[in-house]
Amino acid sequence: MLNIRCPWCGPRDEIEFSYGGQAHVPYPGDPATLTDAEWAQYVFMRDNPKGVFLERWMHAHGCRRWFNAARHTVTHEIYGTYKPGEKPPERPA
Amino acid sequence: MKVPSGRAGSIERMQKFSIFSLVANAFSGHAHWKPFWRDPAPKERYDAIIVGGGGHGLATAYYLAKNHGIRNVAVLEKGWIGGGNTGRNTTIVRSNYLWNESGALYEHALKLWEGLDQDLNINLMFSQRGVLNLAHNLGDVREGRRRVEANRLNGIDGEWLTPEQVKAFCPIVDISPGARYPVMGATLQRRGGTARHDTVAWGYARAADALGVDIIQNCEVNGIIRENGRVTGVRTTRGTIRADKVGIVAAGHSSVLAAMADVRLPIQSHPLQALVSEPMKPIHPCVLMSNAVHVYVSQSDKGELVIGAGIDAYNSYSQRGSFHVIEHQMAALIELFPIFSRVRLMRTWAGIVDVCPDASPIIAKMPVRGLYLNGGWGTGGFKATPGSGWVFAHTIANDAPHPLNAAYSLERFTTGALIDEHGAAAVAH
Repeated sequence: MLNIRCPWCGPRDEIEFSYGGQAHVPYPGDPATLTDAEWAQYVFMRDNPKGVFLERWMHAHGCRRWFNAARHTVTHEIYGTYKPGEKPPERPA
Repeated sequence: MKVPSGRAGSIERMQKFSIFSLVANAFSGHAHWKPFWRDPAPKERYDAIIVGGGGHGLATAYYLAKNHGIRNVAVLEKGWIGGGNTGRNTTIVRSNYLWNESGALYEHALKLWEGLDQDLNINLMFSQRGVLNLAHNLGDVREGRRRVEANRLNGIDGEWLTPEQVKAFCPIVDISPGARYPVMGATLQRRGGTARHDTVAWGYARAADALGVDIIQNCEVNGIIRENGRVTGVRTTRGTIRADKVGIVAAGHSSVLAAMADVRLPIQSHPLQALVSEPMKPIHPCVLMSNAVHVYVSQSDKGELVIGAGIDAYNSYSQRGSFHVIEHQMAALIELFPIFSRVRLMRTWAGIVDVCPDASPIIAKMPVRGLYLNGGWGTGGFKATPGSGWVFAHTIANDAPHPLNAAYSLERFTTGALIDEHGAAAVAH
C-alpha cells in the first residue's frame, strides 16, 4: 500500500485517498472553438508514461481536498506532493 | 466474411500430438519430443513484425500465416512466451457482452475456441462449464435480463436463472435471503467456461512456428523506425529488424510502444491482481462472477480456486498491486461462499492491463502508415484471444479492418461512437 503525504494532513495510507488520473489537464480556454479532434484530446487522450507521472489525488477520507503527486509508475516511489497551483517537484533525472 | 478452408495452411512441420504419438514416445522414454518452437536469430527483414508474444500476438501471427499466406513474420517478445498477461489471467472464456459490436467479436472468438484444440492440435483443456453472473439488487436483475435478451438477439446463448436454479447449478452459493448480498437471480452462459491459459500461448506459438513464423524471445523493441511518414522497421535489443508492417500487441505497454511512433492513445495502464488457493477436491462446478460484489472465481483442474481481484486505481507498470485490493476481494468472496472461509491462498500476482475509456479494445490501423495496434483490452482480453488474432491478422494483411473490428478504431474517440462496455459487460472493469 502506498504511503501518500497529503499537503494539508501529512502522510496517510493509500486507502484514505481516491485517484484522479493525470494532473495538469486544464479545461479548454475557448471550448466553443474546439474541433472534435481537440475535444478527443481533452476528454480521452492521456499520457501513460513508464516513469515519473504527475497525477491527481483526493484525500477522500480526510480533508477531501485535491492535490498533485509526482510518482514513478514502476517503482511507485512518490517524489513529492504539492497543492494545486504549485509547481511540481524537481524531477529526478 | 471471408472464411478460408479449414486446412488451407496445413501444419506440415509440426510433430502431431495423438494417442499414437503418446504411446510411441512412451516406449522410447519420452526422449524424442521436439521443442514446441525453434529459437531462431532475427532475420534482417520480414513481411510483418508482431510486437508482443502473448496469446493475442501469437494468434495474430498464426492467422497471418494460415488465413492470409503471410509466413515471413516475426513475433518479438521482450520476455518469454507465456510470461505476460497470457499466463496471469483467470482463464475465463465467455461472449455474453451487451452491445452488438462486442457480442459479434467475442462470439466469433468463442466459436473459434470451440474448435481450437483440433485446429492447433493441442489440448487447451477448454471446458465449457458455464458462466454465472449473479444479480444482487434490482438494477443487477434488470441489467442481467436485458443482457440475456440482447445476447439471444445476437445468436449468443444466454439464460436467466432464479435463485433456486442458481443453487441447483452451483450448490455452494449462499442464496439465503439474509445474506449480505442476497442472490436475486443470475445470467448463465452455458457455452462459457475456462481454458488452460499458458497452453493457449504455447499452442499458437507451436502452430505459428510450424507455418514458418519466427518466434524471437528476449527481444525488446525500443524504437519504431519511420521513413517518409511510414513504418520501415523496429530497433530492438537484438538489433534492427526491418518490415513494412508492424503490429503492436503489447497489452499493458501499448502506450509505451505507440509513443515510439508519436501516437497518443486513450489508454491507462493499471495493475490487475489475481490469486489462487491451495488445491482442493472438486467443489465449484462453474465460473461464477458477481458484478456488484466484484468476485469472479472458478476452480482449476488442479483443484485451486482461481480468483480475480479488481484493478489498483493508480497507473502502474510494476506487475504488483496493493494488498488492500486482495483484502477487499477476499471479504466479498467469503460473503458469497461462506464455505471458503478457511481456504488458504497459495499465490497472488498482478499483470498490467491497458484500460480504454469505454472498456473496449482498439484493433485498428494507426495514423502512421504500416503501423497497427491491437490493445486496450483492459481486464478482459484472454477470452477474445482467437478472435482478436483473427481480425487483427486480417487488418494487417489487407491494410483494412475486418467487418468484426471496424468499429474498434482509434477514431471512435473523436466521433464519439464508443462501444461502452463499462458496466454493460457483465463485470466491473
